[in-house]
This record gives sequence, structure tokens and C-alpha cells, in this order.
Amino acid sequence: MTKFVKGNEAVVMGALYAGCELYFGYPITPASEIAHGAAKWFPMLGRTFVQAECETASVNMMFGAAGAGKLSMTATSGPGFSLMQEGISYLAGAELPSVVVNVNRAGPGLGNVYPEQSDYTPAVKGGGHGSYQTFTLAPASVQEMFDLTVKAFAMTAKWRTPAIVFADGLQGQMMESLVLPDSGLPKYDFSEWASEGTPKTRANLVKSIYLDAAQQERFNRHLQEKYAAMAADAMGEAYLADDAEILIVGYGISGRIARTTAEALRKEGVKAGVFRPITLNPFPREQLAAVAAGRKIMAIELDAGQFADDVRLNLAKAGLGAEAAGVVMINRMGGEIVSVDDAVKTAKEMLGA
Amino acid sequence: MKTIEQKGMYKSFPRSGKDVSFTHYCPGCGHGIINKLIAEACAEMGLQDETIFVDPVGCGVFTYYYWDAAHISAAHGRASAVATGTCRARPNAVTIAYQGDGDLGAIGFNNAFQAASRGEKFGCIFVNNSLYGMTGGQMAPTTLAGESTTTTPFGRDPALTGYPLHVCEVFSQLKAPVYIARVSVADTRRIMQAKQAIRKVFEIQRAKKGYAILEILAPCPTNFKMDPAAAADFCINEMEKEFPLGVFRDETERENPAPAAIPQAESCAALFAEKDALEPACDDDAFAERRFKFAGYGGQGILSLGLCIAEAARLERRHTLWFPSYGPEQRGGSANCSVVVSGKPIGSPTVEHPDVLVCMNRPAYERFVGDMREGGIVIVDETVPILVEPPKGVKLVVWPAIRMAEEFGVPKAANTMMLAAMKKLGCTGLKGESLEESLVASFKKKPALGEKNRELLREAEKKGS
Repeated sequence: MTKFVKGNEAVVMGALYAGCELYFGYPITPASEIAHGAAKWFPMLGRTFVQAECETASVNMMFGAAGAGKLSMTATSGPGFSLMQEGISYLAGAELPSVVVNVNRAGPGLGNVYPEQSDYTPAVKGGGHGSYQTFTLAPASVQEMFDLTVKAFAMTAKWRTPAIVFADGLQGQMMESLVLPDSGLPKYDFSEWASEGTPKTRANLVKSIYLDAAQQERFNRHLQEKYAAMAADAMGEAYLADDAEILIVGYGISGRIARTTAEALRKEGVKAGVFRPITLNPFPREQLAAVAAGRKIMAIELDAGQFADDVRLNLAKAGLGAEAAGVVMINRMGGEIVSVDDAVKTAKEMLGA
Repeated sequence: MKTIEQKGMYKSFPRSGKDVSFTHYCPGCGHGIINKLIAEACAEMGLQDETIFVDPVGCGVFTYYYWDAAHISAAHGRASAVATGTCRARPNAVTIAYQGDGDLGAIGFNNAFQAASRGEKFGCIFVNNSLYGMTGGQMAPTTLAGESTTTTPFGRDPALTGYPLHVCEVFSQLKAPVYIARVSVADTRRIMQAKQAIRKVFEIQRAKKGYAILEILAPCPTNFKMDPAAAADFCINEMEKEFPLGVFRDETERENPAPAAIPQAESCAALFAEKDALEPACDDDAFAERRFKFAGYGGQGILSLGLCIAEAARLERRHTLWFPSYGPEQRGGSANCSVVVSGKPIGSPTVEHPDVLVCMNRPAYERFVGDMREGGIVIVDETVPILVEPPKGVKLVVWPAIRMAEEFGVPKAANTMMLAAMKKLGCTGLKGESLEESLVASFKKKPALGEKNRELLREAEKKGS
């Protein structure tokens, strides 16, 4: 059975299938349809929707719900995402599971409501204070808006760090077919650490404060070990990459442009392939390295180069310094999208074809 | 050292690795007394198992070391937002937020005020000692006029910093709170009143009556730079002049309205089940991918025309993508949407070079015609003056969509007229039956209109040229 829905609607459906019990949100274009869907569907399933007074409130309400042992989420776009960073740091610091969806719009400042991927750094590297990381997933279709929202809940429950579903305005608004699964995620029991207002959890304390420097350092080392272990759940997708002489790298909507670009290049006899990271943190470094060795690499993105720099970093860390040094970026900003024509042209120039 | 067991408190308080049995509060501080009253109330009322305390940042930050119940330690200013999440997540628990006057009155005022306005089911204990204690005695919104603090070294000057904030009085303007009161812990008589008021806050939460806020005036000898007795006197003689004690509202006996019933679904599957749901797309290498652009004014049915093509493609199990103009664009008068139909998974969602362009007005035509793919087809309404020639190899069809719709007496059906052109020209790569079926299905909620449009479509196909 399929439904034809907007990416934003698919996110709400994914959250409900995943067992998300509470939604806290503040309206912002182009993410508002997520709040609209949640306002309607959460209560119809006996779950909770609260319209918060601001994004700072949304993220702290999530802190209160997660601290009480329930899965919750919010959705926003750039300016709201900035406001949430302090709260996301607290969620990470208290090791609370929660999902934040960022439907990226153009920035900085008020910018506009059209698609960009310019929140890469705060979405992928931990945009708030302190040495924390989030589990960040980058959907590229309406189906993935659903699937990766479900995955986000599974990962935030597993790793006890906030999960970010990092989409963009185009994906939020576009409609595609969505296949719904037969079942969702199992129900989680957080009573071991959550403050649930029950006899069993009376001794529990949810906090991010460690007054003693040695304790704080021990805790921070524990977090870093946890983040390193998250690499086991990194996901990426290679397409036409086996015999490629040029590898086009892009995530989300840029990953789809990469796909069409590779197909167009192949029609002209150029062996082009694609690598699309599906998780951005953990970054699928090994998967990328496996198809990147010896290839020319072009990164497609809707920002100023934050992603290309991360590709270079990951290639270098994987021992592919030469490939890293040769990464060429093609980008658009402001709500403009990289055209396949331009991407094909840049790829050919790189190959001297 | 002999320790005295205190009701509702842990036996010892392990802070900074040291296991001690005294609190961190300064001698004569109001917090210590208030902490004791809260612990007693919670224990005496038998609520320790079901209480969740939301702890603040400020002098109350370590309450989780003291009160023997579950705790959530919030960010500075956010305890009321956190408590909102907690009481919504655990409606059967007793949620109590503890906040100071910098925390609640300044950085977190709106969170506290909005939680009160929503009538969140938690109790808020708000400690007003007229300044920021933990951070070093700075001015708070509650600082008295003329009061010296580290950020008002010459005394608070209302000409520059305004006047003390009256939280209870402001909150009293809201409808939802059931209990709003101000008490003090500056002497024994006041402490006994405060004890009763604190019990009341717990009682309201146990009975799920709604939002309650209790402001407690508290001395801060350290930052007042006074001995405990003088600090208590300041509380009584100066603070109470500005912040009179009393019950501002007690509507604990009122009947709160129950939430209105809304339709319920048994499960996600039941909620999202669709009658006549379509099968997923299948791959078909023989089908040449087509990219469509539809453009015109808002209200001309541009987006639904695109959706109609998308739905027809889905009927034929093609991979399909629809993307609208959105944001201020959709409210500015012009509308456009893109549709991609493919025999394989769709890559780029954008339509850079349309195979088919349908234009209902001149700006739309002139904006997109230059992008056409060679071999493509442009269908324009006859009202559009063709001042720009289409690129070489692009077919231009002028079609009387708006006029025909008016002649049929259904001016809103201009988009159906355009669909007729697309069907007649065979430019969609989709079967005529699919287009008709999709058109009728688009009027699912008004079946009569669906059949009417099918008729119009067929008439227009015959008539138009």
C-alpha cells in the first residue's frame, strides 16, 4: 500500500510508527506541515501535541519529557534550530533520547524559506556548547523522511544522544509515494535512568551537571567512547561506483542531483558514480573510502563548502590524502539548486574531457 | 557528628565527592527553610514515590541532593518548560518546579508565564530573594528600588532599570492558574503559613487540579550583606512593602473543563489506512522519463493539475514526484509546480528542462519557455501573447483553456481544459484512461463534480484545437 504525501507529513507518520509519544513545536516555514500533521494525528492516537511558545521552550519540553522516560520530538528550520542548540547540548549532556527535525532553509539570519544545506555544521558537529555529538541522518526522499525518522528514534534510544533528521525545504514540501511498514519499533523501557514519578524510579536523577572537574572529565570520556562506538551504525549508499573514474558525493537532495548527474555523464561515456552518506554523524567514512580510492571526487552541496570540508577530512582520516586534496566542490546557495547541467560540466572539466 | 534525620530528605548529601549532612546554603538563607518545608510536605503527604522535582540553576541547583524523590535538573530559566514536558509525559506523577527570581523572573519569564497560561499541571515554587544569589548578588527583576546589588552598586535606579516585577500580580491576569499566592519564610509565623501553602501546592497536583504558583519571599544575608536577623527584617520591612503577602487566587474547588473528545484511531495502520491505495511503483526501462512544469496564477488550479498528472502516473505504477512553489511565493499570486514521472527511481527532483510546460499566464510562459528541452512541448493558454519564441525544436500549442471553461459555465475548470489538451496531444506518456481516472479521483470528496469534469474533459478534447 502506498500513500502520496509530502516529506513533512512522512516525518510525522515515521515518528508515530516509531512510538514517539509527545510532540512539542513552534511553527516555522518550511517545516510547519510537521506541526500540522502532529497536531492532528498525535491526539488521534492518544498521544500528546503541545504548541510551545518558542523553540527554546520546545527543546526544554523535550528535555522534561525525555527525563521522564518518554520519546518525544520537535521539528523546525534554521532560526529555530539555532535557538534549540543550548537545549540539544543539555539533552546530550544528560544522555536523553529525543529527535529534532531540521528542514533546512536558506540563511544566515532570516534568509528565506527555500532549500539550503547550510546548517551542516550545527546539525552534524554539535551546534551547542561542549564536546557532544548527535546522531544525524540525512533523508533524500519522502520514503526516507519516514524511514530515517523511524531510524532516528531507534538510534536516539540506543545511543542516548539526540538524533537529528537533517532535511531541507525541498524535501519537506515535495510529494512522493510512501510505503508504510507493517509495524513500528518496540516500546522502550527507560525506567533504569528516567525520573518517571514511580516507586521504581524514585532514586533516579537526570542531570548534565558535574561540579567536580575529575567527574566531568570522566563523563566526557565516557561520551567520547560512546560517540566512537556509534560509527558501527554509519550508513551510506554507493551507486554506479564500481568502475567510476569520478565519484560524485552528496547527501540529501544533493545526493539525488548527484545520481542524475552520474546517469547523464554515463550517457556521454564518462564513468561516473555516486556516494551518498545517509548518516552524516557518524559519517560513513569506511564506506566512502571503499569507493573513493584512486577516484577524482566532486562534492555537490547547497552551502558554502561545509560538507566538502567534511568529505576531505574523512578521506584524509581514512588515509586517502591525495583524494582529499583533490576534492572539487560545486555548490549553490540562497535557495538555488545545483543544476545537473552545471554538475556535468564541472565533472567533465575535472576529467579534462 | 550526630545527624538528625529530616523527613523527606536524604540522610546525607554527597556533593563534590564529599558525603556531608548539611546543605550548601549560607546561614540565614531562606532556601534552607523552604527546602525543609518542601521535603516535609512531600514526605508527610506520602508523595515521594510519585513526585518528580524539576530543579533550577541558581541557588536551588542542588535540591536533588536533598529531596528524596526523582529529579530532573533543568537549564537556567527553563524549569517551567521542562516541567511542562514532564507533566505532559507523566500525567499521573506530581511535578514540582523550583525556581528563583532571576531564573523565573528574567531569563525564563515567558516559559513560566506561558506554562501558567496553558494551565500546565505542575506546581511552581518560586523563591524571591530580590537578587541573583548563586552568580554573585546581581540585580534581578525583583530587586527593590534603591537596593544595592553587584550590578546596581549605586542602588537600583528606576529611571534606568524600571521597577520590581510582581510575578503573582502579573500571573493573576491569566485565567488558567488555580492557585496563586505569596508567602514568606522570614519569621516563625510566616514559616508556618508557608508550610501550609506548600502543602496546598502538592495537594493541587495530587488532585490534578491544574497550575499553581507559590512565591516565597526569602532572605539572602550573604548578598544583602547583613546578618541573618537583619536580612529577615529586610524581608519583612522592605520586601513585603513591595511584595505584599497573600492569596491572589484560590480556585481549587472550581470545575476544570475536560478536553473535548476527538476522533480516535486504534493504531498507526488504522489511522493511515487508505481505501483503494495504490501499489508501489515498479521499474520499467522502456518508459522514458518525463519532466513537467505547470505555471500560472494562484487560483487557476495549477497545483492540482500537476497533482492530477502525478496521480495518473501512480495509477500506472510509475515513479512519481510532485513539487510545488511554496512560502511567500505561493501567497504572492503566482503558482507553479513540477512533476517528474519515471520508469526508474527519480534522481534530481528539480525540473531544469521541461519536456512538457503548461502555462496559464504570460509571466509563467516567459519565465520558463527558454528552459525547454529540445523535442519538448509548450501548451499555453490563448490569452498569453507570444512575444518570446520557444527554443528551436520545441513545439508550441496555443489552447483556449480559460475561454472553453467559461463557455462551459465552469470557469474554475480551466485546468481540466489544459488536461484535455495534454490528453489530446498525447504528451504525458500516460494512458488517457489514467488521466480521466485521476481527474475523477481528485474530486473524491465531491463525486458529482468528478463526473462533471470527466464530461468537460471529453468535450474539450473534441472541441479544442
